[in-house]
Amino acid sequence: MHNTWLSLLIMTLSIYAVRMLPFLLLRKNITNRFIRSFLFYVPYVTLAVMTFPAILSATANPGAGLCALIVGVLVAWFKGDLFTTAVCCCGAAFLFSLIVP
Amino acid sequence: MNENKNLPTTKKEWIRRGLHDGIPICTGYFAVSFALGLAAREIGMTALQSFLMSLGMVASAGEFAAVTLIGAGAGVLEMIATTIVVNLRYFLMSCSLSQKIGPRTPFYHRFFLAYCMTDEIFGLSSAVRGYLEPVYTYAMTAISVAGWCSGTVLGVLVGNILPARVTDALTVAMYGMFLAIIIPPARRDRFILGLVAISMALSGLFSILPVLSRISSGFRIIILTLSLAAAAAALKPVDIEEDADPSAQEEASHA
Repeated sequence: MHNTWLSLLIMTLSIYAVRMLPFLLLRKNITNRFIRSFLFYVPYVTLAVMTFPAILSATANPGAGLCALIVGVLVAWFKGDLFTTAVCCCGAAFLFSLIVP
Repeated sequence: MNENKNLPTTKKEWIRRGLHDGIPICTGYFAVSFALGLAAREIGMTALQSFLMSLGMVASAGEFAAVTLIGAGAGVLEMIATTIVVNLRYFLMSCSLSQKIGPRTPFYHRFFLAYCMTDEIFGLSSAVRGYLEPVYTYAMTAISVAGWCSGTVLGVLVGNILPARVTDALTVAMYGMFLAIIIPPARRDRFILGLVAISMALSGLFSILPVLSRISSGFRIIILTLSLAAAAAALKPVDIEEDADPSAQEEASHA
């Protein structure tokens, strides 16, 4: 397959189908207690798994990522604000990279 | 799940809130998509192609996979199969978010909300208490996709102009947002705290243990999400009354 445009079209449609099918199929609220609980827990697990250990390899020096992780957990725990947490993580990673080259 | 002290009530307020919450997503996306643009440039994609790819797919791992496949001249079936597997977590996210759509929300919103399902936008949309106001998700998506597309195009056009420590710092903004979503509920609920800790620990183990570390990060997310969320649901089912607002219930249990 050497047609870039066609490749892009195929993959764009595939990814949209993956995202849209549940919205089409699950029109009513699920009543099954297990499934509801399962879906309730999905975001916590997914976001936790995506954060660690990926945050360590997001920066050139894993220490900067670790620093951002610790600062992020503390700020989120005590303040909880989304924007503040994100900015503090950026600041922590940036400061670390300035101090430790 | 998230801080919702002054919950917006009108659509206008929700849009403003969405744009505000979208800013850190936008900066994070910009940095990540910049790297994506560099990869697209290497396999000879044009700025227009990379722009349309980012506009249409809005997926980090998914687009990196797409660039790799195009570069390798992969076949149609391989493209479809890889796209589905790498992005299977969006299927779970859509399942989860479909439960937050209110009964009075018009059906066509489902087609647009499906487009918006990225890790970050899903995280924030599901963090809202009560039913989701779709314009909140759209506002976040608009500002995030702007950052995502411009980052990709700039990556193709100008290569690496930002110093690494700046792009690094911008990239961790996304993880900061994830933490802001999962940590406050974990503080209120010990079970969620344990779940988050175990999720991170197992994810870390999966990335260093032999054999397991060969599993791609996309698959790792799917495997751990399916197994751990199922285990959590079996151990501690959430009490949600039928037709009741799940988040109100959740709020009550934390009171």
